[in-house]
Amino acid sequence: MPVTDNAPVRNVIVVGSGPAGYTAAVYAARAQLEPLVFEGTQYGGALMTTTDVENYPGFRDAVMGPDLMEQMRAQAERFGAELRAEDVEEVDLAGPVKYVTANGVRYGAKAVVLAMGAAARYLHVPGEQELLGHGVSACATCDGFFFRDQDIAVVGGGDSAMEEATFLTRFARSVTIIHRRQEFRASRIMLERARANEKIRWQLDSEVLEVLGEGAVKGVRLRNTVNGEESTLDVTGLFMAIGHDPRSALVAGQVDTDADGYVLTSGQSTYTNVDGVFAAGDLVDRTYRQAITAAGSGCSAAIDAERWLAEHEGTEEAHKAPELVGGGYAPRDN
Amino acid sequence: MAGKPVTVTDSSFATDVLGSDKPVLVDFWATWCGPCRMVAPVLEEIAGEHDEITVAKLDVDANPTVARDYQVLSIPTLILFKGGEPVKQIVGAKPKAALLSDLADYLD
Repeated sequence: MPVTDNAPVRNVIVVGSGPAGYTAAVYAARAQLEPLVFEGTQYGGALMTTTDVENYPGFRDAVMGPDLMEQMRAQAERFGAELRAEDVEEVDLAGPVKYVTANGVRYGAKAVVLAMGAAARYLHVPGEQELLGHGVSACATCDGFFFRDQDIAVVGGGDSAMEEATFLTRFARSVTIIHRRQEFRASRIMLERARANEKIRWQLDSEVLEVLGEGAVKGVRLRNTVNGEESTLDVTGLFMAIGHDPRSALVAGQVDTDADGYVLTSGQSTYTNVDGVFAAGDLVDRTYRQAITAAGSGCSAAIDAERWLAEHEGTEEAHKAPELVGGGYAPRDN
Repeated sequence: MAGKPVTVTDSSFATDVLGSDKPVLVDFWATWCGPCRMVAPVLEEIAGEHDEITVAKLDVDANPTVARDYQVLSIPTLILFKGGEPVKQIVGAKPKAALLSDLADYLD
């Protein structure tokens, strides 16, 4: 059983530390809500595994993903957010006081902002997990360096596949993009950039059946999705770029999600179906999934939480001492 | 005495790591690796709390030889060396509790 911390019930706990989580923390901290933020041991979210971010407004000459996240983190800290590099193990969102358990300690809060983001998807084929870190990677910016002058492959057909493949040509002799179809989800600019790159090869209508090699990747076994023919592609590295899954397992069964696990919010707000629980960022967003949209929804979540707290606290105090709050009417000063 | 991570290089590796009396946990990292930044403060804490091992940092960019010798293909990678031999390898940034449990056999 977890022990409950001795601190009084907090106003708001933020779970997550990507652009959504830190922006929620900045806004909540500036609103004097003294947020407690569970960053997880891998703080910074998806931008920590990117290099140049060229589309975050305000950075004319691009900004490094990890640098941007360190700035957001420092900004939240500057306004008094309490940041904890701990992974949340459990949440209990049922009662008027919500509980978040990390490192065996239970913390209570009136409101919770969920901003756990999304995790890179894997293929779940034989050889993949065994060779993770030995040629199989989900982080081109971390591991591309080790594949200098080698032939490698990227799996996927979206923007991140094009971006990673283009990035990897800095090091590799060739980068083969393996994609199940002829059509791409990638945006035109990213696709054109990849197509113009002489080091990039294309293996379309192909799916990966198995990652080959022992101790190091030697190749991949492919199947043609049209005619079923199998073939082997000799590569020493395989980079995953087949999308992300929302990290909603923590709140499964407590907060409504769609069939793919994205947390559902009400209209344009960040309200979940649970009173006092708000959600933001890639955990919610299956459409845009940008740093700036995540930051924007984190801001919305903090404002929603702040207003909800103002209303809620007024009511609570009214129950206890109606004479102090004007005969039971909840004061609102926003 | 609380320890701090030490820096090792291709040229000092044999002496500082392989020749060390204490087990040495080597952090293979690089400036451009985001997840390496996440694991760095955790390693500082471990260095401060566990005198029975030395925590060492090796920048793979400046020191490619050692990384190649030990077939490091992903960073962050942590390798624990004991008596000149790699005895434990941990790939990827992990929570402190998970790192401590992976290293439990070598910690007091």
